[in-house]
Amino acid sequence: MYTTELSRNTAPSVVCDDAERLAAFEARVAADEFIEPKDWMPDAYRKTLVRQISQHAHSEIVGMLPEGNWIGRAPSLRRKAILLAKVQDEAGHGLYLYCAAETLGTSRDEMTAALLAGKAKYSTIFNYPTLTWADIGTIGWLVDGAAIMNQVPLQRTSYGPYARAMVRICKEESFHQRQGYEAVMALCAGTPEQKAMAQDALNRWWWPSLMMFGPPDDASPNTEQSMRWRIKRDTNDALRQKFVDVTVPQAEAIGLTIPDPALRWNEDKDGYDFGQPDWDEFWAVVKGDGPVAADRMAARNKAWDDGAWVRDAAIAHAEKRALKRAA
Amino acid sequence: MPDRSEFPLWEVFVRTRGGLSHRHVGSLHAADAAMAVQAARDVYTRRMEGVSLWVVPSAAITASDPGDAAQLFDPAADKVYRHPTFYTVPDNIRHI
Ligand SMILES: [Fe+2]
Ligand SMILES: [Fe+2]
Repeated sequence: MYTTELSRNTAPSVVCDDAERLAAFEARVAADEFIEPKDWMPDAYRKTLVRQISQHAHSEIVGMLPEGNWIGRAPSLRRKAILLAKVQDEAGHGLYLYCAAETLGTSRDEMTAALLAGKAKYSTIFNYPTLTWADIGTIGWLVDGAAIMNQVPLQRTSYGPYARAMVRICKEESFHQRQGYEAVMALCAGTPEQKAMAQDALNRWWWPSLMMFGPPDDASPNTEQSMRWRIKRDTNDALRQKFVDVTVPQAEAIGLTIPDPALRWNEDKDGYDFGQPDWDEFWAVVKGDGPVAADRMAARNKAWDDGAWVRDAAIAHAEKRALKRAA
Repeated sequence: MPDRSEFPLWEVFVRTRGGLSHRHVGSLHAADAAMAVQAARDVYTRRMEGVSLWVVPSAAITASDPGDAAQLFDPAADKVYRHPTFYTVPDNIRHI
């Protein structure tokens, strides 16, 4: 989740001049109907969606950087081809999502400009460094795993273009998680050094992965409104619990230990009890203090600036051809 | 040179296999039609999702107004005689 609310004081006040239209809108959403771009919608719904979808899109794009870091150093041709395909998928996810957000009346260039200027947010997870090859497997397993958990219910989110983007994304996402787990599994079946590398990666990525689900429900003031509008379909804590419950057995199966001394099975609730991530760290990373946040922004800005001549040339070429056709 | 001018938006249609119609799958930005086809190939058909692509400038599409939906589509509801099930034919009449 890349869709979790990262702003603390954004509760959009639902001011609406048209109570009747608002009531009709809410009834449609409550009946699980899809809202389409040209349908009437409350301003706050539009604003929340633009923020959520663009934030999700930025996360897909910035999310290519930690993995791109290892494409040239993948340990085999097989792993390299897989990683390339995955990173290419993430670029596609970013594009599907920018397009969905654009249907709400914000251009892609505006969204890109906001990201490059450091005004837009993206998932905190991508502000952590990928130090070893084991990080790449761990990201596929945990980060894409957490993303899937959040995105599957969003296939039924109330805004049509967003829901359709989610359907495409979910279809592609499961390979991401499986290739990651397979890579970690290979390390765990290798030398003691390789296994230690896998454990070290899990130790570093576990807590940031749990943070991906966003702050605890009681510190997430906008959840209720978003659930009512079907922009969000489960609470942060519910998804986090689900993630822990499915991931712990996956770690155990390959002999890895979840780095949480508070973790234990709770028969009564039929799920694990577990410790809380460091929420101060989370909010600091949200504010831009992530270990490699500056590097990420520098890389995105460099890519945009270095690509300027290509964009300009493409436009010039298209214009010249259009002129020729007109002549 | 028009720096930072945004590429126009294109709607993408994919024929998933021979014999089927092209179906809308999404949109993308491209400087011209040729680039739009190339990008559509990369963005929408990485896993054999199609055998043919159409790209159409989004600006060229005229859509019906959702506000007119009642007026446009509802009248069909009271014309049930447009459906074969409206007509009763005895059971012993075959092939009809
Ligand atoms: Fe993705
Ligand atoms: Fe992914």
